[in-house]
Amino acid sequence: MAESHAHDAHAHDHHEEGWFKKYFWSTDHKMIAKQYLLTGMLLGAVGAYFAYVFRMQLAFPNKPVPGYGLVTGADYNALITNHGAVMIFWVAMPVLIAAFGNFLIPLMIGCDDMVFPRLNRLSYQIFLVSAIVLGASFLVEGGAFGGAWTAYPPLSAKAEYNLTPLGPSLWLIAVALEFVAFLLGGINFVTTAMNSRAPGMKAFDIPMAVWMIVIASILFMASVGPLIAGAFMLLFDQLLGTGFFDPDRGGDPVLWQHLFWFFGHPEVYVVLLPALGFVAEIITTFSRKKLFAYKTVLYTTIGTGVLSFFVWAHHQFIAGIDPRMANVFTVTTVLISIPIAEMCFVYIATLYGGSIRFAVPMLWALAFIAEFLVGGVTGIYLGASGADIYFHDTYFVVAHFHYTFFPIAIIGTFSGVTYWYPKMFGRHMNELWNKVHFWITIVGFNGIFIPLFMLGASGDHRRIFDYSNFPELATPELQQLRVFATVSLLVMLAIQPVFLINFFYSMFKGKKAEANPWNANTLEWQCPSPPPHGNFAVLPEVYRGPYEFSAPDRADDFWPQNSPT
Amino acid sequence: MAVDSSPLPRPRRAPAVIESEVFAMIVWIFAEVMMFAGFLSAYNLVGARAPAGWWPPPGDPILPWAPTAGASVALVFSAALVVWGGFRPLHERRALGIAVPLGAVFVVYQIVEFARLLSVGFTLQSSAGGGFFFTIVGAHALHAIAGLGALAWVAARRGNVTEGLAKAIRLYWYFVVLLWPVIYAVIYGPSISPGLPALAI
Repeated sequence: MAESHAHDAHAHDHHEEGWFKKYFWSTDHKMIAKQYLLTGMLLGAVGAYFAYVFRMQLAFPNKPVPGYGLVTGADYNALITNHGAVMIFWVAMPVLIAAFGNFLIPLMIGCDDMVFPRLNRLSYQIFLVSAIVLGASFLVEGGAFGGAWTAYPPLSAKAEYNLTPLGPSLWLIAVALEFVAFLLGGINFVTTAMNSRAPGMKAFDIPMAVWMIVIASILFMASVGPLIAGAFMLLFDQLLGTGFFDPDRGGDPVLWQHLFWFFGHPEVYVVLLPALGFVAEIITTFSRKKLFAYKTVLYTTIGTGVLSFFVWAHHQFIAGIDPRMANVFTVTTVLISIPIAEMCFVYIATLYGGSIRFAVPMLWALAFIAEFLVGGVTGIYLGASGADIYFHDTYFVVAHFHYTFFPIAIIGTFSGVTYWYPKMFGRHMNELWNKVHFWITIVGFNGIFIPLFMLGASGDHRRIFDYSNFPELATPELQQLRVFATVSLLVMLAIQPVFLINFFYSMFKGKKAEANPWNANTLEWQCPSPPPHGNFAVLPEVYRGPYEFSAPDRADDFWPQNSPT
Repeated sequence: MAVDSSPLPRPRRAPAVIESEVFAMIVWIFAEVMMFAGFLSAYNLVGARAPAGWWPPPGDPILPWAPTAGASVALVFSAALVVWGGFRPLHERRALGIAVPLGAVFVVYQIVEFARLLSVGFTLQSSAGGGFFFTIVGAHALHAIAGLGALAWVAARRGNVTEGLAKAIRLYWYFVVLLWPVIYAVIYGPSISPGLPALAI
């Protein structure tokens, strides 16, 4: 692989590549990053469409949804299931980890490409196949899988319960392929960050975004194994007739929940950490200040990562686990809010006394902190096993995890895309339209999920497709809140084309960007925008940490990592 | 990393502490260890939650622990030979030439064992115990086959495989071999003295 690396990274420098080779078969980390980004955005649109359809059904039950038609119960379940799965596995993961990891790691640590470029290309190709397999699951008899993205057996294990003989298997195969793709990608990220750093870049000179992506990759690789084991077992239950999750034959359905959530909870931190990394980069750049307590952030992140392996059973408080075990997991769950709170305080402390500029990426970064805080605080209610017995499976839970995942997957992505867009495409996006998009998205998001908190606190159960059979939940007061949430969703979705048009239009017609438009310090800004094949004309050497802003003795208020003086 | 004909000036890099291939393999093995930990914990969890007298499921046979231990000796010897060959590059090819067939003896034994167990009605479908046995031991056997293939490839292409990659493949084989005693203890252990509770990991 080392030979292939040298070959792939440089042999193509000197001749024109064909369209296919350049855009589809490239081993260049920047092209793979863009492939991941665009695929993730496309699937994000798919996930948003699913949400639109089932929210319309909830607000205006049993009326044909424009652009879809009448929603049946089975459709509703399949849409909810795949909304969750797509948004987490095919949007948050590929965009936050794979796209930004690929784009940023080699540029930020000052090297020309990943250590294993062909493995990197394979990673994207497997990911693409996984997305196609997921799409195919909608075309089989009985439709796509509808047993929630957590796929609890026996519902997911037996076709006589889920009424789609192939849907769950295709869904599982798609998820498993996606994991293989990210295993290959993650190995690449960790190895590259370990072995390809620019000379002089010591552990504490590494930008926080790189640290966070690397730690997230390690968390992913540590947590995904048990779920892959579980996925094989579930697949065998579906296709070969084994009895792993079948109590009749000595199996145990709760076993799947353990294997799933042992992965599922660290997964939250796998996608959270890269977003926290982007926020660190953006907040320091736009407040012209050093990151407050760099080492504390790093150690806190590692601590969070370790602790995240000991909280999983808080998803199972009412699944029949021993109440003594519930107590233990309540304690660990409440404990994990401490490092996350600390991270928020550190970012606020970084802002304190800074020279703050409300550029678009900064708006997104600040929104991330504010909105994620709401998600974190409501998580404490759910982490306490006593309160969770009441809140379990209500819309309170839905609102809570959207207040964590929306900031991570959507706000975090927008912050990263608007910040690194000039570097990715060499042009600026339109700032005014980006601000319009920002405000309407944020207001729309809160408009969707604040009503869901209120619904959940009123006891609104989350797995009901038509409330007319539940008179105590079909009251006009609750229905009004559902309509409000759906209308907010429509407003939020309506503004997204503005961003997309801005994104694609600016790629060709935007204002040209210089190498370092934000006057930032990290190495990716020290090469041309967009970076050529091989990234740096002269591979940089590093002399200082990434956040040396406003040094007192310098004329400039920034001090690039590779500047000798 | 190989030096190429790139015209760009490059600052000197300190040599990597661990070759990239070896480091990547360590990360991969870490993920694999977690996968097998998942399998084995699942096995133990199901056993622990089963009502008294229902684990191992009634009707499951006593596993042939003694002949399997015999075959395991071949596996351990193959790993020892790979270690020995790693230290003596001149003899490595010959060492691999014995190590790979020794590993193959183990795999062939397992295929025979699977056939015998299937013939007495112990299958993937017969009980959760059968499902776990064939899934976990079968997963290990597939890993062994992959490792043997990689070792044979190193032996066949000696000189054309970078040292880092050869080291990584050796490391993978050590993982496959060291994993086996753990699986043996958890899966075959209860068959040695069926009265004892399953060994918890």
